[in-house]
Amino acid sequence: MNLKKIGLKLLTKYRTVSVLVLILIIATCLSNSFLTFNNLLNIIRQVSIIAIIASGMTFVILTGGIDLSVGSIVAISGALSAYTLINTNSVILAIIVALVVGSICGTFNGIIITKGNLPPFIATLAVMTFVRGFVLVFTNGSPIAARLKAYNFIGKGYLFGIPFPIIILIVIFAIGFFILKYTAFGRSVFSIGGNREATRLSGINVKKVETLVYTISGLLAGLTGLILTARLGSAQPTAGKGYELDAIAAVILGGTSLSGGQGAIIPTVFGALILGVLDNILVLIDVNPFASDIVKGFVILLAVLADSKFKSVSSKLDE
Amino acid sequence: MKKFLVGILALTLILSMVGCGQKPNDTSKEKDSSKDTETKQIKIGLSMNTLNNPFFVDVSNGAKKGAKDNDVELFVTDAQNQPSKQQTDVENLLQKDLDLLIIDPCDSDAIVAAIETANEKEVPVITIDRAAKGGEVIAHMGFDAVHSGNIAGEFLVDVLKGKGKIVEIMGIMGTNVAQDRSKGFNEIVDKTEGFEVVATQSANFDRAEAMKVMENILQANAEIDGVYAANDEMALGALEAIEASGRLDEIVLIGCDAIDPSLEAIRADKIEATIAEPPFFLGKNAVLMGLDYLNGEEIDENIILDSTLVTKENVDTIVTKEE
Repeated sequence: MNLKKIGLKLLTKYRTVSVLVLILIIATCLSNSFLTFNNLLNIIRQVSIIAIIASGMTFVILTGGIDLSVGSIVAISGALSAYTLINTNSVILAIIVALVVGSICGTFNGIIITKGNLPPFIATLAVMTFVRGFVLVFTNGSPIAARLKAYNFIGKGYLFGIPFPIIILIVIFAIGFFILKYTAFGRSVFSIGGNREATRLSGINVKKVETLVYTISGLLAGLTGLILTARLGSAQPTAGKGYELDAIAAVILGGTSLSGGQGAIIPTVFGALILGVLDNILVLIDVNPFASDIVKGFVILLAVLADSKFKSVSSKLDE
Repeated sequence: MKKFLVGILALTLILSMVGCGQKPNDTSKEKDSSKDTETKQIKIGLSMNTLNNPFFVDVSNGAKKGAKDNDVELFVTDAQNQPSKQQTDVENLLQKDLDLLIIDPCDSDAIVAAIETANEKEVPVITIDRAAKGGEVIAHMGFDAVHSGNIAGEFLVDVLKGKGKIVEIMGIMGTNVAQDRSKGFNEIVDKTEGFEVVATQSANFDRAEAMKVMENILQANAEIDGVYAANDEMALGALEAIEASGRLDEIVLIGCDAIDPSLEAIRADKIEATIAEPPFFLGKNAVLMGLDYLNGEEIDENIILDSTLVTKENVDTIVTKEE
């Protein structure tokens, strides 16, 4: 093993972080407002919304599935949570409602996919559509105000000088990391994505695990709906539109394979951070909003290309 | 209300399934049956560009009020901001043997085909909010978005005495309203020498997105004196970010639309101003004008409703809705 080889090995192992660091360096050169403690906290807080959804999405994609309904679940959880808050003034109840609604939607996804034997793409697309419709009917197209100090703390508050959503983010990823690495359930998630049939034959209840994976995704989307509503002080009928694509992008940028079975949860945070840093720096240097989409799309493309290049290098190294 | 909405939704669902398979001569049957009744209830169709934005919900509520007051049967569809869906909506509405069709176009160009379909069926069309680029309409009613942008620019000039660092948060830049409001605002800003625009960004008329964009702008600029958000939803999102950064006192914020939550924010001294373009009356007046036309009265072809600046002085006298 020479030094170059070790260096390459490290670089490929931590490829998402490497890409992120590169973008951070470029961003720092572009604007002096970028690398400040406040701005970095600001970015991580903004990113926590997508990252929490993406952590649930990581579970789903690891099994070889996909969940397009998360954006709509964000909206319905937020709306019902705000509605509960203004009608009962109970923060605890409003929190529970958001999480329960998210879990129910997620479990529903899981059941129609496993029992109905439907492709996850189509099943969750259908759920995404009618849940969004339900949100519009329920809210009548208008935002629902959700103002109560204790409730808004979830999105706006600080704990030990750290924004509360970031604390939630860290906890969620720690739990996710633990589950995937150290539990039988976590191992079966990987093994379903690797080879579904073999997993079934080895006596693992595949349908149960899959349903649970969508429940987790729904639950975390519900949690995101709660954070977003608490942060804005209002539940928006359009909340979460397009979040599913950002979340999927974060997971893929984090090096998890779309075909399942390969990946990890921690790099998903860095994938989400790449997207967040891009959004932030493009506004900091005031790029024309039309052009910023071009830049963003291009950088995502480059990042994924770099990722696959790294992968092939690392497989060569292992040989 | 909710039941009614569910009903409407179910109806549009069924109609979109049935409408596609219907032959044109089915409508003639309807005509025959309606001839039997003595006085025929007037039927008006309202094809909305979207109903998941409070502004347009108010437009349709105004239209409903106008219809209810005059015993008109009103059919409302929601195109969800998709021109292609609006085309289908209009085709389905035209199956209903309408006396008049009111359209709030998603897109000025894309709507032309739908208007031509109505022309073929000899159903008179009124466009609201956005004018169409073609087809025959009996009238257009709307607000002047360029003028509205002018008002916002002039307000900032007045309050900041023509000097300061300015931020503009634009709407969905693919829409005429966003383009025109931006154009009107920049007409004033460009000729004000003391103004320096430090950021021009889009937040797609969305509250959550505007909060995020404003957070980033606040990071980049230690000094900001005035912010113009092209609608109130974005102004409220920007407000959240400004409040959280503790810079509320030093920033003058103006929105547009005069929706209720922003009027509340003006009363609470959080937002300095907004521009009233009461959507409720746009919807209501469109129905009333349509009825005038059907009664054989002369109507103007192009009606621009007034945009008014709303500040703390007149916030309590401004009428944006009727119960």
